[in-house]
Amino acid sequence: MLRSMFSGKRLLAGLAAMALVVAACSSGGSVKSGKVTLTFWSWVPHLQSEIALFEKAHPNIHVNLVNAGQGAAEYTKLRTALKAGSGAPDVVQIEFQYLPTFEQIHGLLDISKYGANSIKGAYVPWAWSQVSKGSAVYAIPQDSGPMGLLYRKDIFAKYHLTVPTTWAQFAQTAAKLHAANPNIYLTDLPTNDPGWMNGVLWQAGWRPFQVSGSTISVSIDQPAGVRVADYWGNLVRQHLVATDPDFTSGWYSALGTGKYAAWVTAAWGPVFLSGVAGKTAGKWRAAPIPQWTPGANVSANWGGSTDAVTTQTAHPQQAAELAMWINHDMTSAQMLATKSFLFPTLTGLLDNSSFADAKLPFYGGQEVNKIFIDSSKQVNLSFEWSPFQDYVYSQMGTYLGQAVNGKISFAGAMQQLQGNVVSYAKAQGFTVKP
Amino acid sequence: MPSTGVEEARGKPTGPRLKRTSEEPYGPGLGERRLRRFWQRIGIPYMFLFPFLLLFVLFLIVPLVYALQLSLFQQRLVGGNVFVGLHNYLTAFTDSNFLGGIRRMAVFGVVQIPVMIGLALAFALLLDGGLVWLRRTFRMAFFLPYAVPSVVAALMWGYLYGPSFGPLSEIGHNLHVAVPAFLSPSWMLVSIGNIVTWEYVGYNMIILFAALQAVPSELREAAAVDGASQWAIARRIKIPLIKPALLLTVVFSIIGTLQLFNEPQIMFAIAPTVIGNSYTPNLYAYNLAFTNQQYNYSAAISFTLGAVVFIGSYTFMLVTNRRKGF
Repeated sequence: MLRSMFSGKRLLAGLAAMALVVAACSSGGSVKSGKVTLTFWSWVPHLQSEIALFEKAHPNIHVNLVNAGQGAAEYTKLRTALKAGSGAPDVVQIEFQYLPTFEQIHGLLDISKYGANSIKGAYVPWAWSQVSKGSAVYAIPQDSGPMGLLYRKDIFAKYHLTVPTTWAQFAQTAAKLHAANPNIYLTDLPTNDPGWMNGVLWQAGWRPFQVSGSTISVSIDQPAGVRVADYWGNLVRQHLVATDPDFTSGWYSALGTGKYAAWVTAAWGPVFLSGVAGKTAGKWRAAPIPQWTPGANVSANWGGSTDAVTTQTAHPQQAAELAMWINHDMTSAQMLATKSFLFPTLTGLLDNSSFADAKLPFYGGQEVNKIFIDSSKQVNLSFEWSPFQDYVYSQMGTYLGQAVNGKISFAGAMQQLQGNVVSYAKAQGFTVKP
Repeated sequence: MPSTGVEEARGKPTGPRLKRTSEEPYGPGLGERRLRRFWQRIGIPYMFLFPFLLLFVLFLIVPLVYALQLSLFQQRLVGGNVFVGLHNYLTAFTDSNFLGGIRRMAVFGVVQIPVMIGLALAFALLLDGGLVWLRRTFRMAFFLPYAVPSVVAALMWGYLYGPSFGPLSEIGHNLHVAVPAFLSPSWMLVSIGNIVTWEYVGYNMIILFAALQAVPSELREAAAVDGASQWAIARRIKIPLIKPALLLTVVFSIIGTLQLFNEPQIMFAIAPTVIGNSYTPNLYAYNLAFTNQQYNYSAAISFTLGAVVFIGSYTFMLVTNRRKGF
């Protein structure tokens, strides 16, 4: 039996079959008649439909869409591939806050020489400023998350609360609600979400980093930062807000049962909420994010991604074309907005009346997009990220956690964070400006 | 090999240099015999070992050497690779995150290991004492948690511990009984200890049960004839005789405790403020590498942790091994 299994003829046939399979599976490079195959890492849902459109418009390019994980999971793989020198995709989805990190390790290709600057005007200015450095362009904006407030109209009506327009009013509303019903809170402070924290700090005028080459100035404990930290610290100490981690099953269930009466969120929030808190359909409304100064109109951004071309690509021209087309072609961009629920960064879509006037039944027919479109125009341009943002985020999470547990004050957390980040930057060889 | 003929004719054994065994034929010269002996004693065994050795070197030794090399350098975002000698190790010895993690694991181990081994021993003795009906079913039932991957176990227990809608808190709520906040800082070690105990009691029980099978039945019968109770038999005969197996399980548990990773990593998602990124030394090394991009320092921490594990288990074995023989 064994002998016949390994007989010469069968072995040869098996090896030949294996060789064919291996050849067929090999990726990249042109296989037949000058066709180019690109690998595209992205976690955007339903992206295959836009890719199908792209392939139709570019018959010589075939795109291999790979979901390599969401956020940090994908970045770990990308880093490993960049460090190893091979294995990185041609085009990759990267969130705004991690662009400097990947630019620092020379992982992103400057696609200005492939015509990226020609589509500059189509995008919201702050989004373009995040993907470019002068005339160099490192990524194409895809979606964004200008911030706003979602609240439960029925709970507000039940306890006679008015929608807060300033943070001072927000604190008063929180106190009033919790006094009336100690089991529910005005909102949740997500202790595991430095991105959220970053957003509310951004809105208060917090500008922690200024980077130029290998010089960095770190001012995490600047007055705006301490002010926001103290504000939320007070709410936590007085038990006026919950401190549950977000995007966990407990948090979803709390949204559904009305434990939180409001959610300070971003433009992708409304559709996301309708997906996870279906029981509360029709009870939510949207409002602009509360302001620090009465009458002001300042917003911030939480989340949003771009598509970038990696320096490992063998086909920079085609890869740049893919990144640009997917996010600039009107049909593709509209599909991204309506099918994948990505909040657009294209001014053409933001000004589009059908998008702006869309009435969402989950929000009682309110034209929710208008609120976030306005917010998008109020996002302050000058926010800069650090070139080691995941370190900063993980430290923010740690110190926020310690502050919530009462080990340190919230203001103290900002100061410790400042000290830590400065030491880390120095250890990494940066010159830290005081 | 053709026989030389001469020695055969004389009927004398060949020289004193090589002892001839009965199965060795007369005939092959000294060189051939030495070659065959080498091949039989050394060549063939190593040839069989070679696949394992190859994998061992490739996947254990080479990465260890690479990690050691990594730990002597620093890869900086600005400035590239810099040789820093033992600087990373010096930092590790004074790193409060690392030392805190070790201390936490020591506290954890001092409580959890005796509890777990104690339970495993009790279950093994119960099953061996023949007091339990459906022995095989119980053995399987106790072992089943070990078959559950630790990540799945941690996810499952994390759900059970959930404060807002986990079953335990809901039952407590309905019965108006105060349920401990399993995921709070004061309870987290206990909660994780519970998961680890649940997972590994069965595994340790199987080892101890197998060791108990090797206890000669004459001893038990003699003791029973002398009027010893089951408990006395267990205490005075069985436990001393399975001491090697007990030591084995405890050493494994010490090593496992110091390297705890899966459970805190899963708990991080649901209780990030409690776990942080340096709850256990292994978790700290992981976060240093994959979040902070500090691969070199992570390698140094890993080696230091390895040294701590080595010292811990060796000390334990020395302390319990006063007499000769393991």
